[in-house]
Amino acid sequence: MSYQFSSESVSRLNKLLEMFPDKRSVILPGLYLLQKEQGFVDREGMEALAEKIGSPISLAQIYGVATFYTLYNKKPVGKYHIQICGTSSCYMRGNDKLEKHLCSRLGVELGETTPDKKFTLEEVECLGACGYAPMVQINDAYYENLTFEKMDEILRGLT
Amino acid sequence: MAEMKILTKFIDDPRSNELEFYESVHGYDGMKKALGLAPDEIIEIVKKSGLRGRGGAGFPTGLKWSFIPKDIPKPKYLICNADEGEPGTFKDRKLIENLPHQIIEGMVIGAKAIGANKGFFYIRGEFNKGIDSMQKAIDEAYAKGYLGKNILGSGFDFDLVLYAGAGAYICGEETALINSLEGRRGHPRLKPPFPAVSGLYRCPTVVNNVETFSTVPHILDKGADWYSKIGTEKSPGTRLFSVSGHVKRPGVYEIELGTPLLELINDLCGGMLDDMPLKAVIPGGSSVPILTAEECKTANMDFESMAAHKTMLGSGAVIVIGEGTDLVETTYRFARFYAHESCGQCTPCREGTHWVRDLLYKIREGEGTSADLDLILSLARNMEGGTTICPLSDACVGAVRPTILKFKHEFEARLKDKADKEEEVSAGTGA
Repeated sequence: MSYQFSSESVSRLNKLLEMFPDKRSVILPGLYLLQKEQGFVDREGMEALAEKIGSPISLAQIYGVATFYTLYNKKPVGKYHIQICGTSSCYMRGNDKLEKHLCSRLGVELGETTPDKKFTLEEVECLGACGYAPMVQINDAYYENLTFEKMDEILRGLT
Repeated sequence: MAEMKILTKFIDDPRSNELEFYESVHGYDGMKKALGLAPDEIIEIVKKSGLRGRGGAGFPTGLKWSFIPKDIPKPKYLICNADEGEPGTFKDRKLIENLPHQIIEGMVIGAKAIGANKGFFYIRGEFNKGIDSMQKAIDEAYAKGYLGKNILGSGFDFDLVLYAGAGAYICGEETALINSLEGRRGHPRLKPPFPAVSGLYRCPTVVNNVETFSTVPHILDKGADWYSKIGTEKSPGTRLFSVSGHVKRPGVYEIELGTPLLELINDLCGGMLDDMPLKAVIPGGSSVPILTAEECKTANMDFESMAAHKTMLGSGAVIVIGEGTDLVETTYRFARFYAHESCGQCTPCREGTHWVRDLLYKIREGEGTSADLDLILSLARNMEGGTTICPLSDACVGAVRPTILKFKHEFEARLKDKADKEEEVSAGTGA
């Protein structure tokens, strides 16, 4: 059974197809819609997107795009996707210590998901919040100027 | 010293992102003036102001606009580059979240100047708050007739579409950004042809930074002479600097170009964190050569002074490094960033960035030798100066080589052969 976009996403895709002079431009926003629906992008979803955009866009082209960009999860992530910035500005304000703290609090190594599928912890490159370090992105939101206490409080609030 | 707030005058008002508030502080006045002018007149004003692009390269904005061919039947496109992401840089995000209408206003002026009827706001995909803020502002501007068909009865049409990137730093490079907007992998294109001739969908295209567009309305509103008198002769105006690292008050500051670097750090940022001594400053984002504490004493925040110090203002990111910071670690982390973000098209970059990262990792772990340090410098020579399509590998060299050369003792102290020798010496002395 091939992937079925929701009717809401289908109407969004139709709008997107009108918005750009070349329908190829719909690949990136289309992959976002797919990820929003199921949390990650997979072959079946990409096939459905290719079909929706239509010739000459193929699955191979969409796959090539999806694998280039880091924001598309190529496999499922936990309910809360915690991404900690590991670049030097954040390092100078203690992200390495926060990272260790998070690993021990969640009981995972970087790149792993907790057994209950609630949290995935990853280290990522610059998130553009260098002045408010250390920081993490959890799903769509930034959390900045973190201390161990603040981080714990945020984790407690995620149910 | 104080900030000189032109772009950011109202940024801290809780309503700064709302159209009604923006209009109440003379918002869209510059656009209204521009709509009554001929394209050439707008370009002339921007040229005369001396405004240089705020994305990193510092190319004169008016000149860039004038490269768009006038009498060709193809559509023309205008793009705002909001794919901010060089380590140390976080100034555009504040403008996007808090003053989206100022950017839209600048874009309408730019569009009128180059004759574009369609524009794109390419924003980095992680900036969810900025995406919401900008989309809301675009919707408000359409409702008010500031975007769309026949803007304020002027006969000029301009449509603006928001487009979110997907986590690739390379898409801040304008031709990679264009490829990404076309739904491709973010691979930079060979130039020429330059985007002004063949850009988005092979049509004439101008790409400008968020801060550049945010500056344009003020120039139109208050005039080129007013603007060119601020700052220095070759670097007119103010600029937003994002300060991170070991200062008491990191953040985004707008100052007149030409301001001494130490005034920015000591006065506006409240001095060094925990009053630690200053060790070094990276003055324009991770890719620009580092300044020692001694060099910082004479450095001013303008294009000329930075060039005299063999570095650059780049993206306006000031990374302040306090005494006690492990520069082997920070340099390794910067190299890791460039290795991760290389698009992989060109061999010197694809192989070079990864190789440099791996060698720095070895040195960081105490397993490197002096040959490894020499190899990094040798690799650097092959990664710069036009051996690749875009300057990402040059950026990696800028982040690594000057630090190794200026702080060589720190890297040497971590080398394995050096450690072995010291062990031999101390064993010899002991015997």
